[in-house]
Amino acid sequence: MNTNLSPDQREILVQFRALIDKIISPVADQWDREETIPFEVIQTLAQQGLWGINIPENMGGQAWDMMTLGRICEEIGRGSASLLSLFTVHGMVAQVLMKWGTHIQKETWLPKLAKGHVLGAFALTEPDIGSDARRVETTAVLSGDVYVLNGKKKWISCGQIAGLFLIVAQCDGKPSAFLVPKDTPGFSQEPIRDMLGFRSAMLASLCLENCPVPRDNMVGVIGTGFSHVAGTALDHGRYCIAWGSVGLAQACLEASVRYTHKRKQFGVYLKEHQLIQEMIANMVSGTKAARLLCCHAGYLKDAGDPDMIMETAVAKYFASQNAVKVALDAVQIHGANGCSGDYPVQRYLRDAKIMEIIEGSSQIQQILIAGHGYQVID
Amino acid sequence: MIPNNDIKKTVCTFLNRHIKNHEFQGDEAIFTSALFNSLFAMQLVLFLEKEYRIKVENEDLDLSNFNTLNAISAFVEQKASCDCHEH
Ligand SMILES: Cc1cc2nc3c(=O)[nH]c(=O)nc-3n(C[C@H](O)[C@H](O)[C@H](O)COP(=O)(O)OP(=O)(O)OC[C@H]3O[C@@H](n4cnc5c(N)ncnc54)[C@H](O)[C@@H]3O)c2cc1C
Repeated sequence: MNTNLSPDQREILVQFRALIDKIISPVADQWDREETIPFEVIQTLAQQGLWGINIPENMGGQAWDMMTLGRICEEIGRGSASLLSLFTVHGMVAQVLMKWGTHIQKETWLPKLAKGHVLGAFALTEPDIGSDARRVETTAVLSGDVYVLNGKKKWISCGQIAGLFLIVAQCDGKPSAFLVPKDTPGFSQEPIRDMLGFRSAMLASLCLENCPVPRDNMVGVIGTGFSHVAGTALDHGRYCIAWGSVGLAQACLEASVRYTHKRKQFGVYLKEHQLIQEMIANMVSGTKAARLLCCHAGYLKDAGDPDMIMETAVAKYFASQNAVKVALDAVQIHGANGCSGDYPVQRYLRDAKIMEIIEGSSQIQQILIAGHGYQVID
Repeated sequence: MIPNNDIKKTVCTFLNRHIKNHEFQGDEAIFTSALFNSLFAMQLVLFLEKEYRIKVENEDLDLSNFNTLNAISAFVEQKASCDCHEH
């Protein structure tokens, strides 16, 4: 596996890093407090092509490789985990359309998604159904030329501002996936506020009340909504969140190194205390290890290797756990300052905890990884 | 044209990477069995795409194409010959 970036990849990254440092990192705490990301920022990012990174050029996107996409997720995650979550769910919808969309679905939606004219959101979770997602309770019943959708979705990132929702519902008792534009009659969104982390990810609850969705809006066929459609989306989501967790850990590390350079206790800078150095050493090594797991997953993805799915789960599990550990240490290193709104590490810690819950919680990843371990080792 | 039996053997080896010590029969239901986890459907799609240089797309997404070894090999045979003609 070659983890070196090509000159082209490096140039793209340098540009994005500068952009994140200029327009995201300095205001991410403010967005967190205001529980929003301004529309102008979403537009600025659209001008940089951010929303079409994984979309083919003939559909208006950038068609960048998965390694580059991952590195960009790291940079976004370093700036704002909430922004990363918008980018993730939008990318999940695009990825699903690219893989399983009909010709018409691709032509209708991908150019709009690529330009950021429409943002996508992925709606699987419901008030009573989380990890056991195959059993969603939202229903889709064919009536003439439309499927009529009824049900509720909860915790939907980007749900307040998305224009296109990928909804998983039971059709004939089998999980199936549907594209639901936000202006569909009977469809409504209600903002969710005051979350622990991802506070500016503009989460919403969705209500579908006799929503008529054209037959042609089904993605895949009846029964493939979880196995193939959500399977594609969640694999992409895990990949973005794994890289974003690396970025979040990197932000914690950078903040901690800077802080320990300038804060003195017992007559010396904090960085001189060996117990502080221990935490920094663990942050450095854990974050490097997480990044390498992400690189491996990206390498397999670019090679189209089926092992990419399990390696992405491993990367997400490890990187999200590392993010929590590193963020806890970053707050510890900052002392009372770390618990205040004056420093971003408190946001990093709150956001890191979310990384362990979304796109399949750590327990669900453990079940999958352990099961795989028992299969491959005699 | 890839011989049907070769496809079955190769796919079987792949299945055994996920489920050890199980002799898969040609008509044994794979998808509807509880043997595989939630990641398996996409792992199988990716495996077939890489191994046989085919692209599994929307119009191929019929679960009966993937439910048994016999169905998978028939699907790959037909798909590989279509893709060859297109190139
Ligand atoms: C900020 C945020 C953003 C989100 N965005 C989206 C989104 O955009 N779209 C979407 O569809 N969903 C979204 N979600 C929902 C998220 O995917 C779910 O929260 C997640 O799948 C877990 O489901 P749950 O919260 O219902 O927990 P539950 O499934 O009820 O689980 C509760 C606890 O039990 C554990 N558990 C469950 N089953 C097992 C088991 N078999 N063995 C051991 N432990 C188990 C879990 O790991 C967890 O710790 C979001 C959630 C958050 C917090």
